Amino acid sequence: MLLQLFTTFFKIGLFSFGGGFAMIPLIQREVIERRKWIDEQDFLEMLVLAQSTPGPIAVNTAVFVGYKTAGVAGAVMASLGTVMPSFMAILMLALFFAEVRDNRYVDAAFRAMRPAVVALIVAPLIGLVKGMRWYLMAVSAAVALAVWYFGFSPAYLIALALVVGVVIAVVNGRKGVK
Amino acid sequence: MMIYLQLFLSYLKIGFFGFGGGYAMLSLIQNEIVEQRGWLTATQFADIVAVSQITPGPIAINSATYIGYSIAGFGGSVVATFAVCLPSLTLMLLLTRFFLRHRENRFVQSVVKAVGPVVVGMIASAALLLMFPRTGENENFTDVWSWLLFIACLYGSFRKVNPILMILLSAVVGVVIYALVPMMC
Repeated sequence: MLLQLFTTFFKIGLFSFGGGFAMIPLIQREVIERRKWIDEQDFLEMLVLAQSTPGPIAVNTAVFVGYKTAGVAGAVMASLGTVMPSFMAILMLALFFAEVRDNRYVDAAFRAMRPAVVALIVAPLIGLVKGMRWYLMAVSAAVALAVWYFGFSPAYLIALALVVGVVIAVVNGRKGVK
Repeated sequence: MMIYLQLFLSYLKIGFFGFGGGYAMLSLIQNEIVEQRGWLTATQFADIVAVSQITPGPIAINSATYIGYSIAGFGGSVVATFAVCLPSLTLMLLLTRFFLRHRENRFVQSVVKAVGPVVVGMIASAALLLMFPRTGENENFTDVWSWLLFIACLYGSFRKVNPILMILLSAVVGVVIYALVPMMC
């Protein structure tokens, strides 16, 4: 069972280019349909949890499935499986990247890849902003400005948001709001 | 020894505050590695993000492995990768245990709502930092070509073109316009 968890998540890690949400259909097929480790209800709950917990979404889902199937050892094996392909691929790349980085063709390729990468980040951002209320959008804009222009560490802003979230929950609890 | 400890602490921090996954974590990584530690320049960071997009796995893991390796060799890559996963592993484990009993926890819901707009802002700042870095020389968006590539890829994203394909095509375009054409002229 532990070995199966490792190999299944190794496969998921290996084929998830671009990370995060790109791997959701793959997880669905492998974990729900093939192995039947969790059901659709669990899967939805897992997505909510994985997104509300810090850290890479891929690792979070691996921990959830691993824990439900085989306890703590399962969680460790599944996350190891997810991380392994990425770790090995980058290590191999890093070994030879330093040698070719100053090559004029490689340099030219990277010059063009940089703006392409920014576009890949901006595209989902537009989708996220569209559905937001104006005051939440203002919060996002303030955060973006603080981090980008003033060099604030995003860690403090997340910590602040955590505190605000807890305070709201306590206040609502006192008022008896559901 | 000191460098391993610094790597471990930096990536532990990135893992712990990295809500919203991949793109949101980029601004955290950039702030920690480029601005606070000065381990990489803004351009080197942008290159790693590009590499992460065309290799398998989460960007956070890819960057941890790569940066760990370039700063402190194989040991560094292991330390950074382990550190970035550690908060995930422990927090998610606790939440999974706890959530299985309290499906609709009030605190969890409230925290998720409060963190949401901050995550969106972090993704926006990641894009801005890559476009106009705060520190060092700006080596991104230096000419008309880069803006054209940006607009083309943005359009491609909306048309659901495979992102890996777009990055690889941009690389080919880059070799032609920045290396081959100047050589012939």
